Amino acid sequence: MTAVLERASLKHRLAEKGVDRVLWLLLPGAVFVILLFVYPFLYGLQLSFQPKGGGSPFQNYITFFQDDYLAETVWITLWLGLPAALFNVLASIPIAFRMRGRFRGKRALTTLLVIPITLGTVLTAEGLLAFFGPTGWFNRILMALGADEPAKLTHNYWGVLFSLIITGFPFAFLLTLSYLSGIDPTLEQAAATLGASKRQRFRTITMPLLAPGLAVTFCLSFVLAFSVFPSAVMVGNPAGETHVMSIAAYETALRDNDFAMGSAIAMLMALVMLIVIGVVLIWRTTLYRGATGGKG
Amino acid sequence: MRLTARPIVWLTWGALAFFMLNLVGIVGAVVTNSFAETWFGTWLPDGYTGKWYGEAWRDYRLLDVLGVTFQVAIAVVVISVLIGVPTAYALARRNFPGKKLLNVLFLLPILMPPMTYGIPLATVLYKFHLAGSMFGVIAANLVPAVPFVVLTMTPFIEQIDTKIESAARMCGANTFAIFTRVLAPLLVPGILAASILVLVRTVGMFELTFLTAGPTSQTLVVSLYEAMSSAGIRPQQMVDSMAVIYTGSMLLLLVIALRFVNPTQLVTRLKEP
Repeated sequence: MTAVLERASLKHRLAEKGVDRVLWLLLPGAVFVILLFVYPFLYGLQLSFQPKGGGSPFQNYITFFQDDYLAETVWITLWLGLPAALFNVLASIPIAFRMRGRFRGKRALTTLLVIPITLGTVLTAEGLLAFFGPTGWFNRILMALGADEPAKLTHNYWGVLFSLIITGFPFAFLLTLSYLSGIDPTLEQAAATLGASKRQRFRTITMPLLAPGLAVTFCLSFVLAFSVFPSAVMVGNPAGETHVMSIAAYETALRDNDFAMGSAIAMLMALVMLIVIGVVLIWRTTLYRGATGGKG
Repeated sequence: MRLTARPIVWLTWGALAFFMLNLVGIVGAVVTNSFAETWFGTWLPDGYTGKWYGEAWRDYRLLDVLGVTFQVAIAVVVISVLIGVPTAYALARRNFPGKKLLNVLFLLPILMPPMTYGIPLATVLYKFHLAGSMFGVIAANLVPAVPFVVLTMTPFIEQIDTKIESAARMCGANTFAIFTRVLAPLLVPGILAASILVLVRTVGMFELTFLTAGPTSQTLVVSLYEAMSSAGIRPQQMVDSMAVIYTGSMLLLLVIALRFVNPTQLVTRLKEP
């Protein structure tokens, strides 16, 4: 009798904490994420401490930082990812501002700005090679305008940066526009009623509300740019200037079949990325995140 | 910084126009070359032909590749919705211990670059001899797809009034009936939007497919990449026409997606005044 009562009350107490039969719905999702994400990640982590050639468990990491060719990839990747993400976010702000409110052709213009998503890395790479190449249209126009020699814009840093901007900008723009349209326009109208100039409204109302969203946008743009792989191979110089971390990880794991070292590089990639995102998100906690739009 | 000053406005539109002009040039160069007889060192090609499309279609066996792409994409969409929607429902409706942890677990696969978890995942799949098959490709593509469905569906379910479910229960509906007869019709727009976005992402996903695909399980992006990196054997125009086919199909998907999803309301839904 008491056992029945206790069971009932346990069920009751659990239900009060939100634990009831509905949670069984989580089971497939939880099993999935553990099986296909957590387990492989932990497997990779422990594998990275089992170097192929034996030795100390940290051998892979030591090798990475002692080999200049590998250690450099960290800076190469950051030097590509940070400017690309920063540019994409900063460029989206003024354009998103122009796109607020309703005007004729807004949907068409939005679609036009989103189209680069469909291009894919390969078409972008082919196009960059053809358009910015030494005999491409861009350099022909430059030469026609009186340039002495064609600008070298492919098979180096610039080619990869352009490709990151072309593929990353639409995402940054969409997110920024979406955060911006989430800000209640009546706040600005109220400020205007109180005599605030456009500049004051931008600096003291819109920007503080938008900043947390911009931080998230920056993080997502950075993740996108950070994992650059196909374009770094095709429009870059994958053995030198644009030898990014993902190329190093791929080559060691699947070309040289050193899965342990490849996993170690992948783990370092995750670490570097988490550090950058962590810094941005910590800065973001110092910002206002109220109920009025712009939140994220 | 005066955002509203005239010069800034002109600068914004000017920069945008310049960006667009370059974009048109980039796409135009590929499209022109895909129709070119030969094109070497001149403004425009010597002559035009459509034969490269036929040759690319045959040589790269694009029908098979498109079939694989389609099967992978549909499988990923269906499975991710089946797993993701119930999870999103539980996350939206209940507060329970460990919810934060679960939320982080569902956020990480989206936040991480595919290469970082793709390489360990490929290692595990190779260990169990699953890589190189269609199954491996689908499993790998599910990793970001399921969290994506969970993340987009949770706010969508949150905005559905719980009173509707309570009312249905009062009228004697059991849980199954509530799900199929009450919630499912309300969820259709959200599920449709999430599925289309997952479809676009899966067709465009390069890294994960590249790491896990074998010769018979390549999707269009990956065989396009392979075609380009092994160029030299075949004329450049063939690779370009394949790239145009890829972009055409992505464009079609995106146009369909934009009919169902308002891209400016991905984050917050605010009624337009």
